[in-house]
Amino acid sequence: MHDEEHVVIAGDADIVTARARAKSTAAALGFSRTDQTVVAAAVSEIARNIVVYAGQGDIILRPRQGDGRWGLMVVARDEGPGIPDVGRALTDGYSTGGSLGVGLPGARRLMDGLEIESEVGRGTTVTMLKWGDRFA
Amino acid sequence: MGVPILTQGECLIASVQDALSDAELRDLQQRLAEQVGARGVRGVVIDVTVLDVIDSFATRTLSTIAYAVKLRGAEVVIVGIQPEVAFAMVQLGLTLEGVSTALNLDEGMALLRRTRSS
Repeated sequence: MHDEEHVVIAGDADIVTARARAKSTAAALGFSRTDQTVVAAAVSEIARNIVVYAGQGDIILRPRQGDGRWGLMVVARDEGPGIPDVGRALTDGYSTGGSLGVGLPGARRLMDGLEIESEVGRGTTVTMLKWGDRFA
Repeated sequence: MGVPILTQGECLIASVQDALSDAELRDLQQRLAEQVGARGVRGVVIDVTVLDVIDSFATRTLSTIAYAVKLRGAEVVIVGIQPEVAFAMVQLGLTLEGVSTALNLDEGMALLRRTRSS
């Protein structure tokens, strides 16, 4: 079995750690090189959102067994200001943090699923899932 | 550790050795902007072959470097973007519009020579 990984996000150096751990976990699950990179890129965007908007939080990398294939669930949690308008935050080019505004919509395109639970003043949890290739 | 910047003739070569934090990217931006002015540089090659992720912050910083260097009268070529990295950038919706790219260091240097002689 594959173990869950936990990465504490408290500064921009932790973004590097989070994407490296995401990549190595995806590799251990047999993901293709492209899918390893795709997961790492999505985790990088989500981790940066934690640093920019909440200051700190954490990311859990949770392997899941599906129908003849492995999947990787990524749960990113923070207790930051929350997202007042989740629909808008998923729109390309929309940013309140002075960035390009591609983070959440881009991560959603990279992954097979992405959900956001957010409460203003309480925090945000982003849950994403990527499936690997089917076993041969 | 920062990205080493080497001088070769009128060119600077910034060769990324390891994954970069946001702070290290900003440091590279700062040092390149300074050195282009100080050394009468005409071209800058940034070799990102070792990067296994180029996310939105890295893309924005690379674009900023390219534009700032251009305003200083020199040209930037980004070389070595890996195929899977390129694919993820496209999916993320990232573009390096207006920034020259080449497959590797040799092609990047050749591109700079052609740009300067034309």
